[in-house]
Amino acid sequence: MADKIFRVNMSDLSTKVEAVPEGWMGLGGRGLTSTIVAAEVKPTCHPLGKNNKLIFAPGLLSGTSAANSGRLSCGAKSPLTGTIKEANAGGTSAQMLAKLGVKALIIEGKPADANKWYSLHVNEAGVTIKEETEVMGLGNFAVVEALNKRLGPKVGVISIGPAGEMTMLGANISIKDPDNHLRSCGRGGLGAVMGSKKIKFISVEPTDQKVAIADPEAFKIASRTFAKALIDNPISKALGQYGTNVLVNIINESGGLPTRNFTSGQFEGHEAISGETMYDTIVARGGKPKHNCHPGCVINCSQIYADVKGQYKTSGFEYESIWALGADCCVDNLDHIAEADNIMDDLGIDSIETAVAFGVAMEAGVLQFGDGAEVCRMLREEVGKGTPLGRIIGNGAGFVGKAFGVTRVPVVKNQAIPAYDPRAIKGIGITYATSTQGADHTMGYTIATNILGVGGKVDPLSKEGQVELSRNLQIATAAIDSTGMCLFIAFAALDDATCLPALIDLLNARFGIHLVANDVTNLGMTILKTERAFNLAAGFTNKDDRLPEFFSEEPIAPHNVVWDISDEAIDSFWNF
Amino acid sequence: MQLTVKLFAYFRDNRFKEKFADYPEGTTVEEIIRSLGIPLDEVGVTMINSRHCELQQIPAAGDQLAIFPNIGGG
Repeated sequence: MADKIFRVNMSDLSTKVEAVPEGWMGLGGRGLTSTIVAAEVKPTCHPLGKNNKLIFAPGLLSGTSAANSGRLSCGAKSPLTGTIKEANAGGTSAQMLAKLGVKALIIEGKPADANKWYSLHVNEAGVTIKEETEVMGLGNFAVVEALNKRLGPKVGVISIGPAGEMTMLGANISIKDPDNHLRSCGRGGLGAVMGSKKIKFISVEPTDQKVAIADPEAFKIASRTFAKALIDNPISKALGQYGTNVLVNIINESGGLPTRNFTSGQFEGHEAISGETMYDTIVARGGKPKHNCHPGCVINCSQIYADVKGQYKTSGFEYESIWALGADCCVDNLDHIAEADNIMDDLGIDSIETAVAFGVAMEAGVLQFGDGAEVCRMLREEVGKGTPLGRIIGNGAGFVGKAFGVTRVPVVKNQAIPAYDPRAIKGIGITYATSTQGADHTMGYTIATNILGVGGKVDPLSKEGQVELSRNLQIATAAIDSTGMCLFIAFAALDDATCLPALIDLLNARFGIHLVANDVTNLGMTILKTERAFNLAAGFTNKDDRLPEFFSEEPIAPHNVVWDISDEAIDSFWNF
Repeated sequence: MQLTVKLFAYFRDNRFKEKFADYPEGTTVEEIIRSLGIPLDEVGVTMINSRHCELQQIPAAGDQLAIFPNIGGG
């Protein structure tokens, strides 16, 4: 069955199934969401108004048997940054949508009646809009539970929690995973866009249909080579054991672990929140160190973190969330961090944005650094209930800084800077500054080369080579984000000569085309330029591609370094 | 010379987390790794005093040497 565009208009509550325009045929994931946003969304529109559109797109390989291909991209104009936005996550929906022949789901307009809420149900015939009352106000876990009962345990669920209903700028979009837990399209407030369109959830009907493969034999061979490259990679193995949180100790050792609202590069309590401690704790309590966020993942970087009684506490317990609540807020207690992580999953709010917002609130004296119990209380009682203070925190780090007059506010384009200090790891500073989506480490993960020795070595403290490193990685990432592949394939792709050719072979076998490596690079470049053009038309300039002032003025221990890459060098990023 | 050796991830298994140890003057990072029975091809990153270092580098007395296997995340 040919792929189609499923279009929903929330202004008149109509739906359509359309043929895929020629120009969108070779696109998927981020490449497609960004192309559609650029083509159909007025760059100057209000992100929470009727003129913004919310787009979902499985990757080019999603729904196939290729390993790690189950990521779902979600795009719109971001209410947090005002830029174009793509956030992707695992879970079961990408593969289900792809099997139903959904190339993209475009949601436009906004209901006239602000008091009514709706759900969307997707099956192969199209989309059905229904008024929703039962699950309104519920957290994401309860939504999944209710929908499993209503629609069967295999239904795919894409939902927002109370944060999205309240259109908080840190609200994310959750996707049900194979164990009825959640994965998040985390960054940029896309949950607020879904909330503005009055959609509480999208359910996806299970199907026995298969994605069409143009050359099944070639696909099978490429698939085997690709999976082997991932499985054999030593970093994949470490990810399976310790999760992404294995990074706490190495980033701390490098002096680049932002601590106490970005005032130091090392955290005294690092060992207590490290991947090593987390692994030992999970094993001792009978949790699961290894867990997949989507069927077909061979890396298994997720985990089930159990409480002292051995009961589920949280999963997908990531380095960035643990860093932000841990080092940045000085909470040296993994159980408090796990509880906060779980509450944020349930509320449907980004665990990076919100935790960094807490760090800024701590600096303002709203609560004390290190008070993990108070973080959990405030998440439940303030953010979850939408009190004025809760709304300030739920609107992100930049908003908290403004509300309380804090000048040390780690954001770029109003999006919180994640877990690597750009003064001590300069390549990532270029990514934060130039990313089309505000500060986001995943846009061009220079940590690989600056710190981990993957894809070569570039001294993290030197000014040399950082722009080129970030540029190459941002281009490659834009392409990977279009395939439906998890970004962690990059560790194998950067160092194993068999990996990238196998990925290209997979694309060629899936669609019966003849891409070469250059085509993939060109795709990445085109996506970045499309996104950049949208931002320029929305009013952004190169002056927005800058880090906050304090990074240039406050040296960070232990290396006592400042951000010292010139504006001209930053701007040269776009010379391609 | 006395220095602090720190191990991470599974390198800690049946070894240690952190140890203050004595090595002859001129001992290289590689020799220290070998003396710990860690296969060289499993070493991903080494740092002396929070700066990346080469295997042939010779730590000075009082240095902190950190040894990591191949790891990643993000």
